[in-house]
Amino acid sequence: MGCGMGKSEVRAALLIQRWYRQYVARLEMRRRCTWNIFQSIEYAGEQDQIKRPLPSISGFHAGSLISHIFRVNEICRDAEWERYFCYESIEVPDSYTGPRLTFPMTFCGVSKVVQAFKHKQQLHARYVLQLLRETWRLLRILTNISHVSTCHTKEITICGDLHGHLEDLLLIFYKNGLPSSEKPYVFNGDFVDRGKNSLEILLILFGFLLVYPNDVHLNRGNHEDHIVNLRYGFTKEVLGKYRVHGKKILNLLQKIFSWLPLATVIDHKVLIVHGGISATTDLNAIARVDRHKYVSALRPPNMLMQYVYYIIYTSPLSSVLTMTDSSTQIVDVLWSDPMPQNGCIPNEVRGGGCYWGPDVTEEVLGRHNLQLLIRSHECKQDGYEFCHNRRVLTIFSASNYYEMGSNRGAYIRMGPDLVPHFIQYQASQACRELTLRQSVGWTERSALRALREQLFVHKSDLISAFQEFDPNNTGKISLSHWASATESVLKLGLPWRVLRPQLVSSTQYGMVDYQMWIRELSITEPKLQISDTSILETMYKNHSNLETIFRVIDTDHSGSISFEEFRQTWRLLCSHLKTEISDEAIADLAHSIDFNKDGSIDINEFMEAFRLVDLSAHA
Amino acid sequence: MAGRKQSADVHQKIRAAFDAFDYEANSTVDVREIGTIIYSLGCFPSQKDLHDFIAKVEEDHTGYIHLDKFLPAMTKVLQEHKFPPISEDLLLQAFEALDKEKKDYLDPEELTKYMTQEGEPFTQEEMEEMLTALADHRNQIHYKDVVSQMTIKPDK
Repeated sequence: MGCGMGKSEVRAALLIQRWYRQYVARLEMRRRCTWNIFQSIEYAGEQDQIKRPLPSISGFHAGSLISHIFRVNEICRDAEWERYFCYESIEVPDSYTGPRLTFPMTFCGVSKVVQAFKHKQQLHARYVLQLLRETWRLLRILTNISHVSTCHTKEITICGDLHGHLEDLLLIFYKNGLPSSEKPYVFNGDFVDRGKNSLEILLILFGFLLVYPNDVHLNRGNHEDHIVNLRYGFTKEVLGKYRVHGKKILNLLQKIFSWLPLATVIDHKVLIVHGGISATTDLNAIARVDRHKYVSALRPPNMLMQYVYYIIYTSPLSSVLTMTDSSTQIVDVLWSDPMPQNGCIPNEVRGGGCYWGPDVTEEVLGRHNLQLLIRSHECKQDGYEFCHNRRVLTIFSASNYYEMGSNRGAYIRMGPDLVPHFIQYQASQACRELTLRQSVGWTERSALRALREQLFVHKSDLISAFQEFDPNNTGKISLSHWASATESVLKLGLPWRVLRPQLVSSTQYGMVDYQMWIRELSITEPKLQISDTSILETMYKNHSNLETIFRVIDTDHSGSISFEEFRQTWRLLCSHLKTEISDEAIADLAHSIDFNKDGSIDINEFMEAFRLVDLSAHA
Repeated sequence: MAGRKQSADVHQKIRAAFDAFDYEANSTVDVREIGTIIYSLGCFPSQKDLHDFIAKVEEDHTGYIHLDKFLPAMTKVLQEHKFPPISEDLLLQAFEALDKEKKDYLDPEELTKYMTQEGEPFTQEEMEEMLTALADHRNQIHYKDVVSQMTIKPDK
């Protein structure tokens, strides 16, 4: 080879570079759209918001089940709680190969726990209860706001949402070191829900808290709330892992969550809270509240009614709830999100807290003489993001949150100069080996599937909207009309024109055959023979609520319920949705779902039965 | 008549791509995303083409580009087919020109040399990504297969 390249090689290289950069950019565009899909679906809630007044409930059997589960929570005196934590009678058999703990907790002990979880072992219920009791005792004496200083040139590590992603926590410990007095940590809430190792994460964090109470700081997140847990998977996880003691563990955690501190302040200059602030946020007021009285954001006047209301309706916070000043302060700090525009408006998407603007940031930080607000609560593609002129910093530590390859996680290291330094990562070996194309493809398939489900759920509204653009009933409308009709129904703010190639295959000369398209969306597993197909739409609309109700009714956590219980559930749902569904249709459905014909319905099979076939898998 | 409808369509297409990167919903995007937006609209500008385009539409070195300037400029680009796609044949010829030994594939070292030293060179990150994407299990880049797999058909 000569020392210089000939002209033809240079031209060839230029061409290939140009081609490849275009290819990568196309993928990046798809990634961005996929991201938008996940975000908009997550924040818009999974179904339509149903805002109707709660009708009276009479002769309703689920009520007794619910109060049975929650009766224990009326114990509020400490002595009784101490007895309730009683674990001494629980024997640990010789056959148990997991870690055996002694208390007070030591560094050795918690390291053993970390190692055990790394090797997928389970901690015995006795040790879980013991650990939780010690944690509760400690949390009770902590103040609402933890004050931390960076003197002695200590660098502090700040982590955001973990959501049960044990891999990410272990990765952080691997890269950054375990917590210790030389290595203080702040964990900013949302330790649980969604991921499959929420309990392991809690036990590890509580363990380190017990060993280094002055150097490990936990802030409460909006998911440290037992009612939210019912919906987003933590309750299910605990009951699945601890069949005998699960309920007790959950009741104790409910108490513990209410005792978690609400905020951390570093050097009187950096405020760390899970959600954010509102125009009325007042740290002095927050410091004075009895935080443990706020067990759940959904604390109702009447626990039973509120619980049912929550299950049936999608909005996590009810308008029935009467908010006091103290509860507003807490809810704001746990649920709010920043927005680019000035002002402070209610956060209707989340159902609680507010959206706050850069002017509110300046005012609140100024009033408290603070220079930076660090919060979490929202997933960010690179694991972190600044806004409001770099006065607000979002940190999110659960990588691959939506799907493998969707985003990186990150944590912050901060020294006495209070300048944040970021370390990003992406858990999962397999994920790192994926090419850009594969990881975009994977995430995209998942997002598109979620989107198709949304479209299917709204199919009647979509057809009506399309027909408005098709007065002559030709069955076809233009692409622009398709895009604006779809947006008017779904209101997700997505770039439909850009997504079109992935969603609509049947176009010709710029026109969409919308009837055919809707038919294509409706293809489901041909498992169910049902006389009334409108049931399907209602099912999909209430997909996650159904699961929650089933799990409550399945009191022995066996994973299946009787036909009669199924019928009752369905009746309850329909009466609140003011939908007419005949007993016959429900019976039909129940029988067709009973795949093994044993007279009971397996919850998992039921939920599986309603997954839409992924059309792209056949493309 | 048809011309007007067509340009309304073109405007919508451009707006949709622009909106995907308009994070603050105020009709501006970061200048560093402009390349992605233009590529995603089916164009194949070179880096120089991009620089020239950006110079015309950027808001005085703020690092932002406003839709008001982007829309007419991009419409012109699309209507005049300024940065046309590269056909599969041309691409194949380009790879063949680099495959001196006519072995029907390139070694990673060969490709790296050309991509990082000639033309509008790749960064190390870009190069690593390309190798991960194109090299097969034998660590060879069989460009004929690669080209047909990776050519994205333009939108109708």
